[in-house]
Amino acid sequence: MNWYAVRALYRFEMARFWRTALQSIVAPVIATSLYFVVFGAAIGSRMTSVEGVPYGAFIVPGLMMLSLLTQSIANASFGIYFPRFAGTIYEILSAPVSPLEIVLGYVGAAASKAILIALIILATATLFVPLRIEHPFVMVGFLVLTAVTFSLFGFLIGLWADGFERLQLVPLLVITPLTFLGGSFYSIDMLPPVWRALSLANPVVYLISGFRWAFFGHSDVSIGVSLAMALAFLVLCLIGVTWIFRTGYRLKS
Amino acid sequence: MPPIISIASLSKVYASGHNALKNISLDIDKGEIFALLGPNGAGKTTLISIVCGIVTASAGSVRVDGHCIQKDYKAARKAIGLVPQELTTDAFETVWATTGFSRGLFGLPPDPAHIERVLRDLSLWDKRDSRIMTLSGGMKRRVLIAKALAHEPRILFLDEPTAGVDVALRQDMWRLVRKLRDGGVTIILTTHYIDEAEEMADRVGVIRNGEIILVEDKAELMRKLGRKQLTLQLDAPLAALPPALAGHSLALAPGGRELVYTYDTKGEAGLTGLLADLGAAGIGFHDLHTSQSSLEDIFVDLVKERA
Repeated sequence: MNWYAVRALYRFEMARFWRTALQSIVAPVIATSLYFVVFGAAIGSRMTSVEGVPYGAFIVPGLMMLSLLTQSIANASFGIYFPRFAGTIYEILSAPVSPLEIVLGYVGAAASKAILIALIILATATLFVPLRIEHPFVMVGFLVLTAVTFSLFGFLIGLWADGFERLQLVPLLVITPLTFLGGSFYSIDMLPPVWRALSLANPVVYLISGFRWAFFGHSDVSIGVSLAMALAFLVLCLIGVTWIFRTGYRLKS
Repeated sequence: MPPIISIASLSKVYASGHNALKNISLDIDKGEIFALLGPNGAGKTTLISIVCGIVTASAGSVRVDGHCIQKDYKAARKAIGLVPQELTTDAFETVWATTGFSRGLFGLPPDPAHIERVLRDLSLWDKRDSRIMTLSGGMKRRVLIAKALAHEPRILFLDEPTAGVDVALRQDMWRLVRKLRDGGVTIILTTHYIDEAEEMADRVGVIRNGEIILVEDKAELMRKLGRKQLTLQLDAPLAALPPALAGHSLALAPGGRELVYTYDTKGEAGLTGLLADLGAAGIGFHDLHTSQSSLEDIFVDLVKERA
């Protein structure tokens, strides 16, 4: 195992994060604060609690998951797409690095950044609402599992994209709607039966539900199903990445 | 001594159908400077890219320092440093960070002393904290070389290393390449500047349309294929070549004041006979000069011949 290479790739990607610290850290803090102003203070003050949890606190897991998904995908997809775009990918392809080591470096860094931002959001949220985390280990487990899975997914997008437009296509047109409709700001039990049934086809529902269970001890779907769905998506992404490295798709002529 | 790179029956057909390499076999000896010459699109970069692992071969095999580039790719790649043709750099990184990154990528622990040595050798030490985007084209080229040398490779591929750089930098690079060779590094360079190959290379390979048409020791190539010309300034103009000189490869220049004798390097013995025959024919001359074809002339002739 070429751990020096994994470390080099990881540090290189993290350096990019710290170079743009203002955008990386301040932006999610401001966005979260705005969500709390709008949903917590303005709308939330007129809403009763959801499943016994004050609305302001109820949306925290959803907000964290929203950022976790978008940040994981954005960081990982940009991380691998940019060297392809700039041509610097030659160095990685000609280095004694295995596909696993490349994935560990890029996905590890993307997941770390996304987790860091999610934790910043959690810290910001505590300034606005009282929070309790009933199952902190499950919370951390879900955080890591989701960040790794969606960083892998972002990595796939970064390999598939042949332009900046495609790089934005899936996050904007697929992930953001799925996240908003996945129960970030509501419980799917609040929906009419038809919409609830339809929502169960949205994989993000299981992630948010499981994450919320870790916070408050109850969820829209059982924690076991949530975990199984998250693991299934992880396996799918791993299969995709393995196939790409085996075939050299978009990487090698 | 076994070759440090052994290429056997290598072919590459791209998805577009373009047949970039056709059954190429080539051995590179340890410690030599090998110049790969060829016109644009001949297959030089494809060949280098396959050896370095950037492009997948359609058929054939490559061994680097005894390691198969497919089965034992890590060991093979560790031995290689690559300076690509394009100035592809991480614009926002500093010179120091990007060079250290390359060393780590090739599986070596940080060694600030080595990185400092490389940067000093390439006159980049003063720029170590500069972002690459702020450097000139020539400096960026040096950064690429520094990155390729960061992991102390035993083989260095230089793909058009002096394209677009000024004369001073070219000479700096030539000095560095010689120093590396003296330190035991095998150098494979592609270049459009034939004088560069003439100046530097121990052996020359010519590739055209995906085929190696010649591999030869440079001095031997110059000896075999080089031509020389001896021009004699005559005391008195001649109207025509005397029949007594018909046996020599002579031409009378317009005006009849110059005789031009063309010979290959193996034909130097004929000079004595020519001078004797000129004396016997009563043809005197007051000055003479010789010229020799360059590697560039040989290269152009070779490429034209096979076209």
